[in-house]
Amino acid sequence: MSKIIIDPISRIEGHLSIELDVDAGVVKSARVRGDMFRGFEQILIGRNPFDAVQIAQRICGVCPISHGIESSRCVENACGATPNKNGRLLRNLALASNYLQSHILHFYHLAALDFVDITAILAYSGNDEKLNYLKAWAKSEFAGKKAGVDAMTACAPFLPRYTGEGFYIKDAEFNIAAIAHYVQGLGIRMKAHRMVALFAGRVPHAIGLVAGGMAKTPDKATVERAGTILSEISNFVNTAYTPDVVALAKTLPAYAEIGKFGDFLAYGEFPDGPEPGDLYFPRGIVSAGKRQAFDPSKITEQVLHSRYSSPSNLHPSQGQTEPQPDKQGAYTWIKAPRYGGKPMEVGPLARIMVGYSAGNPDIKKEVDTFTAAAGLTLAQLQSAIGRHAARAIESKLLCRKIAGWLEQVDVGQKPRTECAIPETGEGVGLGEAARGALGHWISVKNGKIDRYQCIVPTTWNASPCDDSGIPGPMEQALAGVPVSDEKNPMEAARIVRTFDPCLACAIHCVKAGRELARFRVC
Amino acid sequence: MNRREFIRIVGGATAFLAFPEVLLAGTKLTLGKASSRTAVIWLQGQSCSGDSVSLLNAGDPDIATLLTNHISLHFHQTLSTATGDTAINVLLKTLDEGKKDYILVVEGSIPQKSEAFCTIGEVEGKPRGVHEWVTLLAKNAKAVVAVGTCATYGCIPGARLRSGGENPTGAASVWSVLPNAKQINIPGCPAHPDWIIGSLVHLIMGKRLKLDAYGRPLLYYKSTVHDKCEHLQEYRHDRFADSWGDKGCLYRLGCLGIDSNCDIPVRKWLGVNSCTGCGGGCIGCTEPVFPDTGVRGLFPMKKA
Repeated sequence: MSKIIIDPISRIEGHLSIELDVDAGVVKSARVRGDMFRGFEQILIGRNPFDAVQIAQRICGVCPISHGIESSRCVENACGATPNKNGRLLRNLALASNYLQSHILHFYHLAALDFVDITAILAYSGNDEKLNYLKAWAKSEFAGKKAGVDAMTACAPFLPRYTGEGFYIKDAEFNIAAIAHYVQGLGIRMKAHRMVALFAGRVPHAIGLVAGGMAKTPDKATVERAGTILSEISNFVNTAYTPDVVALAKTLPAYAEIGKFGDFLAYGEFPDGPEPGDLYFPRGIVSAGKRQAFDPSKITEQVLHSRYSSPSNLHPSQGQTEPQPDKQGAYTWIKAPRYGGKPMEVGPLARIMVGYSAGNPDIKKEVDTFTAAAGLTLAQLQSAIGRHAARAIESKLLCRKIAGWLEQVDVGQKPRTECAIPETGEGVGLGEAARGALGHWISVKNGKIDRYQCIVPTTWNASPCDDSGIPGPMEQALAGVPVSDEKNPMEAARIVRTFDPCLACAIHCVKAGRELARFRVC
Repeated sequence: MNRREFIRIVGGATAFLAFPEVLLAGTKLTLGKASSRTAVIWLQGQSCSGDSVSLLNAGDPDIATLLTNHISLHFHQTLSTATGDTAINVLLKTLDEGKKDYILVVEGSIPQKSEAFCTIGEVEGKPRGVHEWVTLLAKNAKAVVAVGTCATYGCIPGARLRSGGENPTGAASVWSVLPNAKQINIPGCPAHPDWIIGSLVHLIMGKRLKLDAYGRPLLYYKSTVHDKCEHLQEYRHDRFADSWGDKGCLYRLGCLGIDSNCDIPVRKWLGVNSCTGCGGGCIGCTEPVFPDTGVRGLFPMKKA
């Protein structure tokens, strides 16, 4: 048995490392470690609840829109306000656009370099101007950087990389197409962000998200411009992203057999009508293949292996967080949230599985189309490749929904409902970031924030062993993964990246303390 | 890079604002030799990666051009293919070889209370804190640039606790680690990609970057948000919004544009919108006091 440490895991958000016990070329057990701590919720206490929407967004620069929206929802919940129709639609537009940005970024710019052979560009013989430029660049890098750290960083940031037999796809055509889409994808993800900025003012950290809805009355020019940008993104999703993921699934069939977990939780997202239950992506649990209703009182957070001295297994609304950097037996800053005592995977795959089991017709149709095209079963979709597939499926669904929401926006009408901060009150906001289930809780006293708390997607996925010794979803997904070369543990890094971890989100100081039953689920 | 290209880049989409005499069409990209690309090591401390995401939103030059024609990005936790030791070895080898030809960019604040609050990689079996990495890598760097308000001034991780008591991690700016270094600050939460790239290009070209009292390039931070605001006429005619979504100047909704310096109302985020233009208002994120503006915080009202 040998121990392998991968620190840092790059091409994710934030500071994450993993420790693997490997025996005979297979991972026996894994420990996922979050390596950064800030203390956000303590900083929120005593401030104006209106400030929360801005401050909470700074938890994460990759999913600020989700934090802004959940924060708005918990403040609205405390104020007894609900966004009007425009508020709901404009938020959906900003959030869905950020999902597109996030999913495209994840596939091409974060994950693809784990299987695409970037050096294939050196043998490119076509006429594409951009690809020829890249080829000339790569050649000039190798020609000009010969020794020491220079040689190491020739073609940085694309090289150096793990080297090993079979790590990268050999098919030149696949590689060249993927490189072209990597470059094109940079522009497309930027345009998805432009769409966010059209509605929310700025991204990251949208200024236009405010309690009650959005800050600006929509005009015709903005809606039309968004429509034009959408058609370009939609075209990319349908002609590049989706086929590339199908091709990847076919090229790496082993990817459908590893990285499995199996229990899924989704809070649901995209209110698609005036009623609270009208969610486009449904809320629910799928455990051992069976659908269950979601009961928020079943969530607890355990800290036996987390660097906190506070008591374990508390309901999050009663949670405490006292950092203890040198705690014995602790290996991470991430807590271990559990649902009914069980770890849960959250994220696009969870949303797709919950939606599929709820019989959502759009999700069912796209999942069936994908599995048919890729030659996978539904069970095989609950795997490493399934996480990539779920993002592509969602992107396709959301391109269509955005077009519909743009048509429904009432141009020239109020973008929000007014909110008055109560002297005392409590609120909760539950929804979905691109990376999975996100909850914000607030309690207000003397018109100021008395307690504030979030439980975020990567806290679920990258959680450590809990008090009963059950490892988190990512840790379980790593067990059984082959490691062909201990110096180049490529396979393990790939599995971690399929979860699209976001560490800035996962680690924050929780300081809260009311029963969840007193929060009204919005 | 020729002069025309330089002017285009440092001015970004609004070159004419900085250089009224030049209104340039895009110049054709010419690929330089590898040695013409300046090495950049980008470390993330206690950050949200928002400045890195903002950098990806660069318009002209776009991110692909920046990475291939202007800089050589040796280390970046979000963008480098290299993972684990493969990535850390680049940093160690840079130190071992005594390299002096790189720019160190720091995003995120630095915890003062414990190295364990933020670590990057392991060296000889021990996690190494960002505090130590910054100290080591700054020593020989030809310039150190703090990007984003966390690195420049401490920002939210370094915020004062309203409940009293110490900041939980003692988060502070990169300059708390490098008290004697010349401060080049590109604040903003996030910083605009034009500000980051324009400032880097100045350093790469060896051009002097004129800075204000807070270490910010005057090129981007000279005027107040208010001076360039879309709502300036409304302010002058006493037309104020009292609730978000209303028409009018956003001053009564807590807009801090009068006290905050940057060119966003004219530069725009992603070329299409601004903090004031979207109706939310300036929250003063380029200022050293952010987010602790006086006693009030960001928004003064209880109803809107």
